[in-house]
Amino acid sequence: MKLLTDLDAIRTLAKGRLDNRRITGQTPESIQYRSVMVCGGTGCTSSDSNAIVDALNREIESLGIQNKAEVVRTGCFGLCELGPVVIVYPEGIFYSRVEVKDIPEIVEQHLLYGTPYEKRIYEQTKKDGELLNFEETDFYKKQVRIALRNCGTIDPEVIDEYIASDGYTALGKVIMTMTPGQVVDTVKRSGLRGRGGGGFNTGLKWEFAAKQEKTQKFIICNADEGDPGAFMDRSILEGNPHAVIEAMAIAGYAIGASQGFVYVRAEYPIAVQRLMKALDQARKYELLGDNVLGTGFKFDIDVRLGAGAFVCGEETALIHSIEGFRGMPTPKPPFPAVQGLWNEPTIINNVETLANIPQIILNGADWYASIGTEKSKGTKVFALGGKVVNTGLVEVPMGITLREVIFEIGGGIPNGKKFKAVQTGGPSGGCLTEEHLDCTIDFDTLTSLGSMMGSGGMIIMDEDTCMVDVARFYLDFTRDESCGKCTPCRIGTKRLLELLDKITEGKGTLADLDKMESLSLQIKNSSLCALGQTAPNPVLSTIKYFRDEYVAHITEQKCPAGVCKSLISYEIDAQLCKGCSLCARKCPTDAISGKPKEPYVIEKATCIKCGVCFDVCKFKAVMIV
Amino acid sequence: MKTINITIDGIDTEIPKGMTVLEAARGLDIQIPTLCYLQGVNHSTSCRVCVVEVGPRLIASCTLIAEEGMQIRTNTKKVRDARRTSVELLLSDHERECLSCSRGGSCELQSVSNDLNIRQVSYVGEKSSQEKDYTSPAILRDAAKCILCGRCVGACGTLQTVHAIGFAGRGFDTVISTAFGRPLAESTCINCGQCIMACPVGALSEHENIGDVWNAIANPAKTVVVQTAPAVRVALGEEFGMPIGSRVTGKMVAALRRLGFDKVFDTNFGADLTIMEEGTELLNRLGSGQNLPLMTSCCPGWVKFVEHNFPNMLDHLSTCKSPHEMEGAMVKSYFAKKEGIAPEDIVVVSIMPCTAKKFESGRDELSGGGLSDVDWVLTTRELAAMIKEAGIDFANLKDEAFDNPFGEASGAGVIFGATGGVAEAALRTVFELTSGQELETVEYTAVRGMEGIKENVIELPGGKEIRTAVVHGLGNARKLMEAIERGEKSYDFMEVMACAGGCITGGGQPIHDARTVETVNIKAERAKGIYSEDEAQEIRKSHKNPQIQKLYAEFLGSPGGHKSHELLHTHYLVRSRF
Amino acid sequence: MEEQLTSGCGATAEADIDEKLEKIEAAIEQFRSIKGALIPVLHEVQDVYGYLPEKILQIVSRALNLPMSEIYGVASFYHFFSLTPKGDNIIRVCMGTACYIKGAQALLDRFSTELKVPVQGTTEDNKFTLEATRCLGACGLAPVLTIGEKVHGRLVPNNVPKILKEY
Repeated sequence: MKLLTDLDAIRTLAKGRLDNRRITGQTPESIQYRSVMVCGGTGCTSSDSNAIVDALNREIESLGIQNKAEVVRTGCFGLCELGPVVIVYPEGIFYSRVEVKDIPEIVEQHLLYGTPYEKRIYEQTKKDGELLNFEETDFYKKQVRIALRNCGTIDPEVIDEYIASDGYTALGKVIMTMTPGQVVDTVKRSGLRGRGGGGFNTGLKWEFAAKQEKTQKFIICNADEGDPGAFMDRSILEGNPHAVIEAMAIAGYAIGASQGFVYVRAEYPIAVQRLMKALDQARKYELLGDNVLGTGFKFDIDVRLGAGAFVCGEETALIHSIEGFRGMPTPKPPFPAVQGLWNEPTIINNVETLANIPQIILNGADWYASIGTEKSKGTKVFALGGKVVNTGLVEVPMGITLREVIFEIGGGIPNGKKFKAVQTGGPSGGCLTEEHLDCTIDFDTLTSLGSMMGSGGMIIMDEDTCMVDVARFYLDFTRDESCGKCTPCRIGTKRLLELLDKITEGKGTLADLDKMESLSLQIKNSSLCALGQTAPNPVLSTIKYFRDEYVAHITEQKCPAGVCKSLISYEIDAQLCKGCSLCARKCPTDAISGKPKEPYVIEKATCIKCGVCFDVCKFKAVMIV
Repeated sequence: MKTINITIDGIDTEIPKGMTVLEAARGLDIQIPTLCYLQGVNHSTSCRVCVVEVGPRLIASCTLIAEEGMQIRTNTKKVRDARRTSVELLLSDHERECLSCSRGGSCELQSVSNDLNIRQVSYVGEKSSQEKDYTSPAILRDAAKCILCGRCVGACGTLQTVHAIGFAGRGFDTVISTAFGRPLAESTCINCGQCIMACPVGALSEHENIGDVWNAIANPAKTVVVQTAPAVRVALGEEFGMPIGSRVTGKMVAALRRLGFDKVFDTNFGADLTIMEEGTELLNRLGSGQNLPLMTSCCPGWVKFVEHNFPNMLDHLSTCKSPHEMEGAMVKSYFAKKEGIAPEDIVVVSIMPCTAKKFESGRDELSGGGLSDVDWVLTTRELAAMIKEAGIDFANLKDEAFDNPFGEASGAGVIFGATGGVAEAALRTVFELTSGQELETVEYTAVRGMEGIKENVIELPGGKEIRTAVVHGLGNARKLMEAIERGEKSYDFMEVMACAGGCITGGGQPIHDARTVETVNIKAERAKGIYSEDEAQEIRKSHKNPQIQKLYAEFLGSPGGHKSHELLHTHYLVRSRF
Repeated sequence: MEEQLTSGCGATAEADIDEKLEKIEAAIEQFRSIKGALIPVLHEVQDVYGYLPEKILQIVSRALNLPMSEIYGVASFYHFFSLTPKGDNIIRVCMGTACYIKGAQALLDRFSTELKVPVQGTTEDNKFTLEATRCLGACGLAPVLTIGEKVHGRLVPNNVPKILKEY
């Protein structure tokens, strides 16, 4: 059995390791021991970071310098664009796009002789001939890491490292020194609001469940991250799984539940595997089980895999999915906090929400409430994606502006293109424009602008993006993910999509635009669950802010961004065409003809606008008109 | 009772705690339209037609439990627009062949659409599944008309625990489907037709045989004989605007004659015959102690349910054919001989409250000499349609009497139409046969009533006891069967009717809208009609029916005898659980 | 029905089938006592067989005492489950927003053209199944796709023929 004192002993033992994973400002010569952190998030694992870990270990061993360096596979560093990423402490040297073939040199030059390996060093850290540590770069310097804490500094598969990083101290604190009511109160006062979409006050939710006089209650961690383009929950589970486990146990103590479930996407194999491993370790240490920390407090967690249904992010649908049914929402009230899983009081918190909890307990409600804005406390993790230089995961204080996130942290728009729009809140959110860039990011501002915080996807769009097509993309998603239960969502989103299709095909009328707006409003008003109630947001916000693009599709039959297939055609520029015949050979419908060494011509009637010719032409002779 | 105060459309009202907003509004004579809601069957809140404004939100009133101080508005622009949009969207995905739809005039979607003044459908687009499944001899499915309210799924699954159909797929492609989308005929459907009763539109209907019957009547070479089940006479009038449960036996007989049937017989006679055979069978089994409990076999839905789900208990089913099949067999043998008509020139038509009877009449086992005992089965609704088609003014018909030899029946025969009726009829006869004494009170009220499972121990003179269970609704039947399998329950005699309340609510009976189903106790009203017909009979025990006595004397010999076994008994098949 | 699974095949195939069946039975044993066992068991079936064979679902139906229409309803609701067998290699093109904005549609179209199958289709030789999938969360590599376990990122349509040649 592990008692609090045992945890202290573990902490002391592992602390040394963690101390080295900090930027200390030592001169390279004075450094005796280096920690090589390799990102083991999904993004970097996809670009082979596991092979890099192996190669590093192999090289270190072959040079016999195991006493000079450790290799740690961590959670996500955030800057996925540059993956695989390797960070070396204590200097804070940031290597990007590392390949296995770079490893011998990194090990020899940097780890053995103390000279960083120039070739893979992140450009942004090079300044006036000097090397900055990565925390001084634009991408990192404005970030505040609470939910992403430990992501990148500990090995998520080693519980001792989490414990050394103050892990499970908060759990010990609540069980030993606080009443359940005090825990609820602390979370309530911190102002923490749900990070999954709704933005409901977390403490208040706990209070509802705590008040129910039932012996059986449940905690569910919603890790069925479904917004396309959002992956913060996955990164937290991959990089800091114990924080979520600890938070669930704290929640269990606060509301009087002894059983938790993590409902996690089956498409997240790494996250699932690390979570399972973490659960095993926690059970072994009796941080979960019948006698947590020897106090008699009982709490355990089971994992349930999602099966590919976005709607299961909705609380009642998620509950029905765990119960073994089709994930179809049921009306609220009754709210899950009163009548949830198997009709027992249940609270459902999303991963990021939970990841904040141990820190709130340790540092106090006031500390947390001091970060952020009046009504939106703390930080928020965003997944920056789309047409932005620094694709990746960032955690910023609430109240920061869109401009700071997109242009300072995100590095702006690549390839010299012009910013057009930013989409927040995923399929439930909306598109904002240039004029909103100086608006602050918080729950209420985003909602008032017709978008929403959602789970934190932030997709940047440039001049090449067609906003009608974007609306169509999101609606196609929600239509596809609609559970099909209620009329407005099942048929309404279909009809809305059909109207959008009509417009992208140049067959729409201005009356259709009005019809879309009124139908959108009805779907919002009368759908059964939040999926339907928010599904029209991308349509409404694009009509509101980019009406001229819709009008261009309708009255001029033109797609200004050159995206909508029906409204564009391909032509070959006779000046640029060298007559190589590659396009003609690749054309699937034989729509291109000509004689070798002479300009080729596209027969418009047979062209299916697949774009293969455009892609294959080496002389940029194929044009979209 | 605890009460709370709420305000609906500015009217303050005190209502019992736990009441829904829909019910509370009804109490104030505010009618909120509904479509997917069917009390006790479906509470999915999916159609969104019953939304009301509570604060800033639109909430479905059908399941919304009213809370103290709630301010509800049911008639605002926001509410009306939302309801209209939902109905228009449904109509945009609905096969609107209303003029020729079997539910034209009784369609709930049509009436909601009318009530909401929808004069045009603003939305057009691709329609979801258009698949028609006409494989079942009992039930037709037309996905093009389905509005996915889920009422049929509730009826089939929650109520009947048959689970032949369920939701499949998702989003716009959601359909109501059998497992793996198989034809209904190849599914575990037991043809009870409760899905049809639940369906608000024309997506589910009986497999009509009206044309077949008209053709038979029009054929001069055929003698067309019709028989009517007990429950038809207490429901048929509803199709002609009469109050629910009106007893229209005489008018029905008159109408059948005018339709052109050559003989009009009463299935009650077949019921009396069933009692003679089944009563004997019960006494035999009580004697041998084998295959107890004896389970009734009058209900074809129940029989198929046992075949699919409890194949190891098939031996418990009575080997008796159901009453109309017995009667059909007698028509094609005894009657044919007596009248000198070749059996193959006789067409037997049964008017039944039931869709499962259509399936039953097609079973190979229920035939003799290569001829089906019963040729066509029509539901109560189909009979009404024929009467309307023939231009008969039903309400003003003069009463007429059934034809003999199968027109005279005891009161025991008629009560077959309600739950407990078969048991009561059997007990009346068994008591007297075993004791040789005359029963003083014929009513066994203990087996009557709408409780789902009724258990009784009936003491016979001489101390012998019959442990009976009377069950209606297959959900209840499943519970009891599982208890028997586990050895927790044991009985001597078990009466099961697949539909709640018995045949009076069968899948072939007149359909009423959800509001009527919720506010009128249809079962009780029709049962009243059944029991009043019993009371009106002079003869109330099957074995006292002189026509029955004559039949045995002239033709069958004794109950359970050789000839009976040949003509009146059958066997069952093991069917797949899937 | 279960018997048919183990009959009529060669010895090795039989052993293979037994092994698969054993895994399913073990999963059923593991989950049968918990509430909501169906979806975890279906995950195991999908994992072992690559899809949900009807005969195996019959075993599940009996063991968990769940009607087949309900199992079918659940299986057809969740996109992760498939009721038909798939090709040897499943190409999953991510259609998350980040990938879409960066040209995932063109990538998907190119696969469709090259393989001559529609999305969700399987090639005649059963070698590939083409799927559009929800966000894989590898937005940094957009546009991204997976074939089996392998992830291919930062792609343009012209990479497609070369990728296909690897398989």
